[in-house]
Amino acid sequence: MNTEKDKVMDIKEAIKRFVKNGSHISIGGFTLNRNPMAAVYEIIRQNIKNLHLYAHANGQAVDELIGAGCISKLEIAYGGNARFAPTCIRFKKAIQDGKILFEDYTNYQMALRFLAGAIGVPFLPTRSSLGTDILNKWGFSKDLRKKDPKIPNKKVIVMNNPFDSWGDASKVVLLPAITPDVTIIHVQKADKQGTIRMKGLTFADVEQAKSSKYLIVTCEELVESDELRDDPDQNQIPFFYVDAVVHIPYGAYPTACYRYYDYDPIYLNEYRRYAQDDDLFKKYLDKFVYGVKDHQELLNVVGKERIEMIKADPRTGYAINLDRK
Amino acid sequence: MAEYTLREIMTVVAAREIKDGDIVFCGTGISMIAAMAAKHINAPNSVIFFETGAIDSKLEELPLTVADPRVMYFTSMNGGLADSFATMQNKFISKHVIGILGAAQIDKFGNLNSTSIGDYLRPKARFPGSGGACDAASFVSRSIIFMQHEKRKFVQKVDYLTSPGWLDGPKGRKKAGLPGGGPSVVVTNMAIMRFDEKTKEMYLSGYYPGITPQKILDNMGFEVDISRAKEVKPPSYEELIVLREKCDPQRLILE
Repeated sequence: MNTEKDKVMDIKEAIKRFVKNGSHISIGGFTLNRNPMAAVYEIIRQNIKNLHLYAHANGQAVDELIGAGCISKLEIAYGGNARFAPTCIRFKKAIQDGKILFEDYTNYQMALRFLAGAIGVPFLPTRSSLGTDILNKWGFSKDLRKKDPKIPNKKVIVMNNPFDSWGDASKVVLLPAITPDVTIIHVQKADKQGTIRMKGLTFADVEQAKSSKYLIVTCEELVESDELRDDPDQNQIPFFYVDAVVHIPYGAYPTACYRYYDYDPIYLNEYRRYAQDDDLFKKYLDKFVYGVKDHQELLNVVGKERIEMIKADPRTGYAINLDRK
Repeated sequence: MAEYTLREIMTVVAAREIKDGDIVFCGTGISMIAAMAAKHINAPNSVIFFETGAIDSKLEELPLTVADPRVMYFTSMNGGLADSFATMQNKFISKHVIGILGAAQIDKFGNLNSTSIGDYLRPKARFPGSGGACDAASFVSRSIIFMQHEKRKFVQKVDYLTSPGWLDGPKGRKKAGLPGGGPSVVVTNMAIMRFDEKTKEMYLSGYYPGITPQKILDNMGFEVDISRAKEVKPPSYEELIVLREKCDPQRLILE
């Protein structure tokens, strides 16, 4: 909650100020779209560890944070990134090697948990997952739940419908709310006070943003307030939720940002190759993350030609005929 | 008869299951092509709907994920996750939704595992997890499941029950508190399996030209009834043209 007029700062400062060792965080986007990659790379560069990450199907950013060793606990619905990684590779390795604690939900359940946090209730019900192992298999022990006040005492609760058969349902699953310390999203437009305009699918960004104590927004374009207020029906998040506004063109690269650029299939294919092997992955981080001082420098390493290649066509919002093999 | 690939027959067979007027919840890959093909062939008034919130996208190019910017173009509306799943949970809409799912393991009641093999906390193999699959399997009235016919995939008991099928039989879903629908068909690289009206157990419904029912049984970890099986009608020339020219001209999935 912040009503200041000017929240513009650079990404180094935003991450330093709001993301701490052990913070509970969530990130916006979905698989290979609108992940706040510039912010994620900065978290990795600042060597912030022991993060508790809440994810639905956030994709590339999740895998890079896990691979870089920033995550110790993960609540997740889906760790995959299209044909580039049917199962996210560093995610898969970390779980198989017992490197992180994790717990599985579904995409709808994670969206509802963020919504519960956003609207200020302790839980929300759904009919999803009745009869499944999502209910039976818990990743966090009872002991850990007791010790850590930031983890709910139960993963889920199945409850008989307290309104009897009202709504044609005999049982519901209650899902605990999520209220992260900080959420980071990347959007198309923002003004310096933090009025937000996303284009295309919003995924669960709005719920994630509103459930969080602090909110960092990175944007493709930092625009005058008049531009956003002239057509307010198109805005999704009121400014007082926002704590930091960071202007980073291509801030979702190598994931896509609708109407601005596509995902970069070359980068994601290369990433897959690096991610397969521990030593190669170190080389990846050294070259593309630690080896550059900021996001612009990463774009320079990738080169103008590739950036041009993924530029969105104005009619469709993506790069037509992009070679995606 | 026209020449076709395995992926092409699988796609066409799945597309034929989609009825005109269905709302199709689809994932990525082959399921998306099946949904696109159905619109061109047998279900012009079906609606493709993605869990990310894109409704009735104009798919000029094939999306690689349900969050691909290609699903956002020329939709009826672009929403978000909370809204899209709520649409499937809505009792008036859910009756008309057909889900298309896939998994690493399936049992005879169509329960699916897309989470892990071995111990949950320290698995031998970890997969992506539910995503929206469990949500869809919980809510929708019918679903098409894509599988590879292998012994290790058609198992007595799934290592982790990610998405509910008929659970433990005809009364399973009701007992658990789930809505009435459930899996209707399994489309594999060899055959079409369906679920018995009464027992909700899987049976062999059709086998592809050149495949014997015995070969199908040899590739399963449990027995199924094969007495009702017939040879599947191969894709027609027209169906193949639709797949190749309209659905995946870049050969991203069908190759």
